[in-house]
Amino acid sequence: MSLTKLKPSGSTLQKALAFGSLIALVLIFSFLSENFRTLSNMINILQATSVIGVLAVSATIVIITGGIDLSVGTAMTFTAVTAGMLLTWLGLPIPLGVIGAILMGALTGLASGFFITKMRIPPFIATLGMMLVLKGLSLIFTGTKPIYFNDSPGFTEIASGSLVGLLVPAFPLPNGVLILFAVAAIVGWILNRTALGRYTYAVGSNEEATRLSGVNIDAWKMGIYALAGAVTGVAGILIASRLNSAQPALGQGYELEAIAAVVIGGTSLTGGRGTILGTIIGALIMSVLTNGLRILSVAPEWQIVATGFIIIGAVYADMLRKKT
Amino acid sequence: MTKLVEMAGIEKHFPGVHALKNVSFDIEAGEVHALMGENGAGKSTLMKILSGVYTKDAGSVRAFGEEVTFDGPRAAQDAGIGIIHQELSLMNDLTVAQNIFIGREPRGRFGTLNETKLNANAAELFAQLNIDILPTDRIEGMSVAKQQMIEIAKALSYRSRVLIMDEPTAALTNTEIRELFAMIEKLKSDGVGIVYISHRMDEIKQISDRITVMRDGEYVDTVPAEQTPINRIITMMVGRELEDAEVKIPDLADAEIALEVRGLTRGRMVQDVSFSVKKGEILGFAGLMGAGRTEVARAIFGADTPEAGEVIVHGRPVKIRNTRDAVLAGIGYLSEDRKHHGLALSMDVRANVGLASMDQVTNVIGRIDETKLAKTAVDYIDKLGIRTPSDQQEVGLLSGGNQQKVVIAKWLMRDCDILIFDEPTRGIDVGAKAEIYRLMNQLADEGKAIIVISSELPEVLRLSHRIAVMCEGQLTGILPGGVEQEAVMALATQRETTEDAA
Repeated sequence: MSLTKLKPSGSTLQKALAFGSLIALVLIFSFLSENFRTLSNMINILQATSVIGVLAVSATIVIITGGIDLSVGTAMTFTAVTAGMLLTWLGLPIPLGVIGAILMGALTGLASGFFITKMRIPPFIATLGMMLVLKGLSLIFTGTKPIYFNDSPGFTEIASGSLVGLLVPAFPLPNGVLILFAVAAIVGWILNRTALGRYTYAVGSNEEATRLSGVNIDAWKMGIYALAGAVTGVAGILIASRLNSAQPALGQGYELEAIAAVVIGGTSLTGGRGTILGTIIGALIMSVLTNGLRILSVAPEWQIVATGFIIIGAVYADMLRKKT
Repeated sequence: MTKLVEMAGIEKHFPGVHALKNVSFDIEAGEVHALMGENGAGKSTLMKILSGVYTKDAGSVRAFGEEVTFDGPRAAQDAGIGIIHQELSLMNDLTVAQNIFIGREPRGRFGTLNETKLNANAAELFAQLNIDILPTDRIEGMSVAKQQMIEIAKALSYRSRVLIMDEPTAALTNTEIRELFAMIEKLKSDGVGIVYISHRMDEIKQISDRITVMRDGEYVDTVPAEQTPINRIITMMVGRELEDAEVKIPDLADAEIALEVRGLTRGRMVQDVSFSVKKGEILGFAGLMGAGRTEVARAIFGADTPEAGEVIVHGRPVKIRNTRDAVLAGIGYLSEDRKHHGLALSMDVRANVGLASMDQVTNVIGRIDETKLAKTAVDYIDKLGIRTPSDQQEVGLLSGGNQQKVVIAKWLMRDCDILIFDEPTRGIDVGAKAEIYRLMNQLADEGKAIIVISSELPEVLRLSHRIAVMCEGQLTGILPGGVEQEAVMALATQRETTEDAA
């Protein structure tokens, strides 16, 4: 039997394709507009990617298990509201507010995980329910009014301040971008280097085989959803800090953008395959597209249409690859 | 009698398998022609050629006086050859009539569906067949027997003159079987030719006129049903091919009992099953398809929760509620369906080997020690001779035999001392089979208790130190190793339980 050389695996190829598209888009827009190719615009793009990027990382975790999380958008808002209640209403120090929001995120993930594993509700339905429950709770707790963080000076620094800018004044990279990269690195490490990550891929690849290997998949899946929820909590902090407020009506629709970024990044919706790096590239593609089209004065309506076609094109490219 | 179908010199190759070798078969009007043979003998392949699912490589098929080549099931159906598959394929949410006429619904003037005519047609069909089912009932919730009647009605609605039934009684009760047979008699009197595939000797004797036996893809003989004794048919099915290595049975008189099962019960497929396996012993489980062997294994392993029964491991009763409990008790299960139940195909060899033993290679926070895992995986690749470019090769790209070795490695790493092999060589080529056999014998020598389930009788006979035989959810007997195939087949086709012979 000849030991044929390993072909590059599918996700590697898809990632290369996505990365190539990102570079191509940047080059095209740079060529078309000198306003696009400025450092401050590049920083804008990164800043605009931070919230949706973190949210997409959360969605990636769940999608690798073969599930889906429709509640990431409103869960993000709910954790932002949690931070608002802890900081503004209870007057707690900022670190406690941050930790509280992340824990609340983990709790909402755990709840989804419970519905999915113990009550055998399909992820689509369980998280659709959670999406509405959390949206409603955010509105109820706030009385539909935003909570402002004016009593917590420094809260806006979390996302909008720039540690890098203090050291290198010429390159004021916002902290939100650093946080995105940090979250991506940590989750990437968990997925590749820990038992939790291994079971995430194993469940998505073949849940029954994993169960028959003596793995208590119910417990692990709840853990996986809780992890995704905690990451959503980070997104909640980021958006609250960017806006200096918790906006209870915000959030719905973000889940679809997050899922789009995941899909463009080459993660399979059937589970078992996908990477955080791919997702970050996917999120950047969407931001570059929106930013570039806006700079070229393309109407926002057409930007939406373009994003739609990008998603279809990305998945079609994936299908073509699978056939060959 | 007129011959409806004549098949001659049929050849069929699949990659690596010569599935049909110069096979002949014919069907006369108004007869039930039973087609028998062990699993893998080629019955289904032959019938799939006749019904247009497969195309033949060589040979001729004459149907109703003409040479035919069907390019799909629809073509065979239109020509008047219907098949009722073992798995029923009705759409639960549609009505009976909608199911029967799916794809050829009567249309109204503007291309709308004419539901009234649809139901009238179905009612007419049922009247002809003496079936008492309302055309407007939904399939959901109907008994298997009723669904089968509907399948038959559907096949006949194409004016089928030949009807192929694949294991039609597998899921029926005795009363339902009687109803089915009454219907078959009616069809016979109308001149329909019926091919009846079944493993149940008593039924075959009762219903069929002629019996054709196949073995290893070859035609053996066609005999009249009434005059041929069951023993002779079994001999024809089994053949005389005992060139396989003789099984060496070790002396296990003093060996400790590793696993004991008492009164295990779960549904129809596992009824009061009791047996034990000693350290170093290979216990074979023989039986025909659907005898309940896999279900017994799954119940022991906690993949399905048993309703009653005790599992005793090394003299200690263990409560097995899920697969985790079984694995902690040292039981490993190698599923009959590697691709769906054994492996994460999109993951690499290393990850699959470690899947059941993550706690051995992770620290407190769950970080995987990749170096250790890789070393273990490479050790097993060497020990079991897994042919793979590296331990990071995707498992889905390996051959069947090597995939099976990866599953074995998974359980060896877990250090299970009771291993249940369910169809260990299914889909594996001959060379790799011998290697898997050698490996299993080696594991037994090392003191592991092994249960092997196989539908291939020669495989069970070649490996087993003792043979448990099941039929329809019951353990019909435990035989010593090295017995004749006929003894096993007799127990495997025995519908009523007799007392344990061993």
